[in-house]
Amino acid sequence: MSAGSDRRGLDGAWGTGDGGWGSAPPMLTLAREIVSRAVAAGATDAESLVREGEEFSANLRLGEVESLKEAGSRAAGLRVLVGRRSGSAYSSDLSPAGVAHLVESAVALARATSEDPYAGLPEPVELGAYDGGLDLYFEDVAALPTAARIEMARRAERAALDADPRIVNSEGAAFDSSSGRRALANSRGFSGEYRRSTCSLYAVPVARDDGGMQRDYWYTIARSLALLDAPESVGRTAAERVLRRLGAVKVETARVPVVFEPRTAKTLLENLFEAVNGDAIYRQASFLAGRLGETVAAPAVTVVDDGLLPGGFGTSPFDDEGVPSRRTPVIEEGVLRSYLLNTYTARKLGLKTTGNAARGLAGNPAIGPGNFFLQPGPHRPEQILASVKNGFYVTELIGFGVNLVTGDYSRGAAGMWIRDGELAFPVQEVTIAGNLGRMLQDIEMVGSDLEFRGSIAAPTLKISEMTVAGK
Amino acid sequence: MFFASAYNLAERDLESYLAEALSQGGEYADLYFEYTSTSSVSLDESLIKSATEGISAGCGVRVLDGEKTGYAYTDDLAPEKILRAARVAAHIAAGPSQVTEVEVEKLPARHSLYPAAGASADLGQKIDLLERADCAARAFDPRIFQVRAGYADENRRVLIATSEGRLTEDYQPLARLSVLALARDGSNVQRGMDGGGGRATIEFFRTARTPEQFAREAARQAIVQLEAADAPAGEMTVVLGPGWPGILLHEAVGHGLEADFNRKQVSAFSGLMGRQVASPLCTVVDDGTMPGRRGSLNVDDEGNPTGRTVLIEKGILKGYLQDKLSSRLLRAAPTGNGRRESYQHMPMPRMTNTFMLAGEDDPEEIIRSVPQGLYCVNFGGGQVDITSGKFVFSASESYLIENGRLTRPVRNATLIGNGPDVMTKVTRVGSDLRLDLGIGTCGKEGQSVPVGVGIPTIKVERLTVGGTQRPLPNALGGQIRRLCERRQ
Repeated sequence: MSAGSDRRGLDGAWGTGDGGWGSAPPMLTLAREIVSRAVAAGATDAESLVREGEEFSANLRLGEVESLKEAGSRAAGLRVLVGRRSGSAYSSDLSPAGVAHLVESAVALARATSEDPYAGLPEPVELGAYDGGLDLYFEDVAALPTAARIEMARRAERAALDADPRIVNSEGAAFDSSSGRRALANSRGFSGEYRRSTCSLYAVPVARDDGGMQRDYWYTIARSLALLDAPESVGRTAAERVLRRLGAVKVETARVPVVFEPRTAKTLLENLFEAVNGDAIYRQASFLAGRLGETVAAPAVTVVDDGLLPGGFGTSPFDDEGVPSRRTPVIEEGVLRSYLLNTYTARKLGLKTTGNAARGLAGNPAIGPGNFFLQPGPHRPEQILASVKNGFYVTELIGFGVNLVTGDYSRGAAGMWIRDGELAFPVQEVTIAGNLGRMLQDIEMVGSDLEFRGSIAAPTLKISEMTVAGK
Repeated sequence: MFFASAYNLAERDLESYLAEALSQGGEYADLYFEYTSTSSVSLDESLIKSATEGISAGCGVRVLDGEKTGYAYTDDLAPEKILRAARVAAHIAAGPSQVTEVEVEKLPARHSLYPAAGASADLGQKIDLLERADCAARAFDPRIFQVRAGYADENRRVLIATSEGRLTEDYQPLARLSVLALARDGSNVQRGMDGGGGRATIEFFRTARTPEQFAREAARQAIVQLEAADAPAGEMTVVLGPGWPGILLHEAVGHGLEADFNRKQVSAFSGLMGRQVASPLCTVVDDGTMPGRRGSLNVDDEGNPTGRTVLIEKGILKGYLQDKLSSRLLRAAPTGNGRRESYQHMPMPRMTNTFMLAGEDDPEEIIRSVPQGLYCVNFGGGQVDITSGKFVFSASESYLIENGRLTRPVRNATLIGNGPDVMTKVTRVGSDLRLDLGIGTCGKEGQSVPVGVGIPTIKVERLTVGGTQRPLPNALGGQIRRLCERRQ
């Protein structure tokens, strides 16, 4: 099918953002009503989250539309306390009968769980919302016509395919967008609502030479269309990344300096986030438990969780318990200053919530990041590479070999070998191993190239020594 | 039956939705109705801290037109909402409708692999399982200081109707119990995890496997790790124990044989059909028809009966795992591997239960045949890069093998290899095929589905182990062995 007929066929129904998916009562009204019904049914306290979302995705491969997906959905979750016992329920059935069942289930479940003296909603004085502008929602995302979405994906893939004759295939390119609202209400007087939009564009080219086939990807993501990188830039970067992997070899096992590019450095911050998560701390299930005030990282390391960065992917006016979002210094010049907490874990540890409650529709709140990042340092990425005589530049990590209880770290890796300060040849089928506690102490240089592509981010990082296992 | 009574959904309604889905000229359409109820309970610090129930229902409409897919879903099962979803999905095609009439007919079930719909177990029974697990883990050793246990079950009802006239319904139960234990000795803290279940009711945990068994196993792993030395680094001989280490097959070959990657020629296995990709000792199958197994289904999520597919037979690559789209485009028979996470997701080729058939070797003799290497019995997760073929899986319990004997436990280490050739290095296959206990969840393109794996004890001649310590040089290993032989 030609591009022309795509346009004719598609714009009639796809991605028009006409809101045709929802026609239910306002979400906050519903959340408040669920709370008051729960209290009437015997709950001492109640908290309801109602969420609604629309999603759209256009996938292309080798210039042809592969799939289009569009949908909207809405569901509600309820957490209740009966004394110090908790129960919860969720449902996508928001009819009066569905809501009645939701309330009945949560209250019945709460009567069967254990008394937990630490369970409960935040104190009324802790509740509230940041009331400044946060730049989380942009109309342009939903308004973009389907044909234009397809065209952006097509341009990104085209730029990748045109970059080099060794790029012989593609796993495709896609334009995805979503927008959603969250409404939260509780029996202690909190009610609030906000909406967010996100759009992203990615390309996944496949390159081949005598040595075999490689795949890599690149993407851009933003809350507004206006903030996305140009499709051609996404495609060309994806192409550069896949081309440099061709001819990758396995290296000899060695202990060497390891440099993480931002895309892989970010995963170390994800591990660190889990290690300062109050749930792991109070259970003694983190190598950072009991270490507040101690030096846990090199002096170059300052880590912040900021839930209020305008336009951030982890930004919100309040957390999922109705506590205002805020900025929390986690590590300052190597010293552990704060864990990330919700109400429950704060009470368990004798501390105050940091406004990091994150809940799904059901269950007790967990802990989620705001914008959790490593502060950029003074070094340009080239300066960091230049400091390495013989080492490994990691561009991809796979697997789940991180044990947060011990900090033991061992993951599959691919990247480039660094020789005399320059990227020399591609490497694959190796692992990198160490211990996160030690690795944090061994961060020798921090790059200046911090960029957010999600709620967790880090610049280029150099760790003075890790074991690279290969041959 | 369920949807007809709960939502007043008659065959003529299905036919009208399908007709709407094909109204713009699409070649094929299907409807996936789902009504899933879930419950979960968790214990932490010997308290039942959380209990949850939930309901998720909706309908996904898919339209195929050549290689193109249109997909839309709704979580409101009112007829006008389903029609709207059908209309949206229909627009993947652009032309006059090619279908004058759709007639669906209910098909008899080919399999009956799990218990039929019944009353859900009451909360008290679930809490009892968790409390028993907590007691058993703590009683195992005084160094166990933290225990978490969780019970979760799901009852999924599905109705799938296709424009080819196929109408199927299924009731798919799934239950799982898991235990995590932490052990402490001074400042040394270690963890152990175990769990299991299947497409079963709570009865499974009274008969097949008790909470005490899971709890003692989790506690045992944590205690063993207290003694663990640093893991070795570099290439060495690896012996995998039976059962869950079958995750090797899932990562190294299973994903690479899913038909979508091969149709697009982006798998490291593309073009290798009929070729030798493993040692002749290896026969690997995917079987969705094993009664009660976590990865089993009576019908896949496209309404096709599940089956048993030989992927590798005596080392030769024999088959791919197909879904509707790939089997249409490759003109291959469907294998019953079209699966999806929920009505909100498009189906794609996925594994069910993937395992290697038993060989003839004595497992203990396999270990005795290794002068120096690693014996891995428990794993965390794994991952694969389909295109380069590189895969990893992370050992959570392993032991050094020295002179044919297990010596000491080592800490967690990731193993990395290359899918298309790791299996050629399998030199021994044990007689002790075992399937995992029902804890696996596989993620692909953002969709999670329950799966099973299994393997007998196998010896892999060379695999890279990602620890931190340089192993003894091979020459020295050889020397030690020769000295021993001389002494004998």
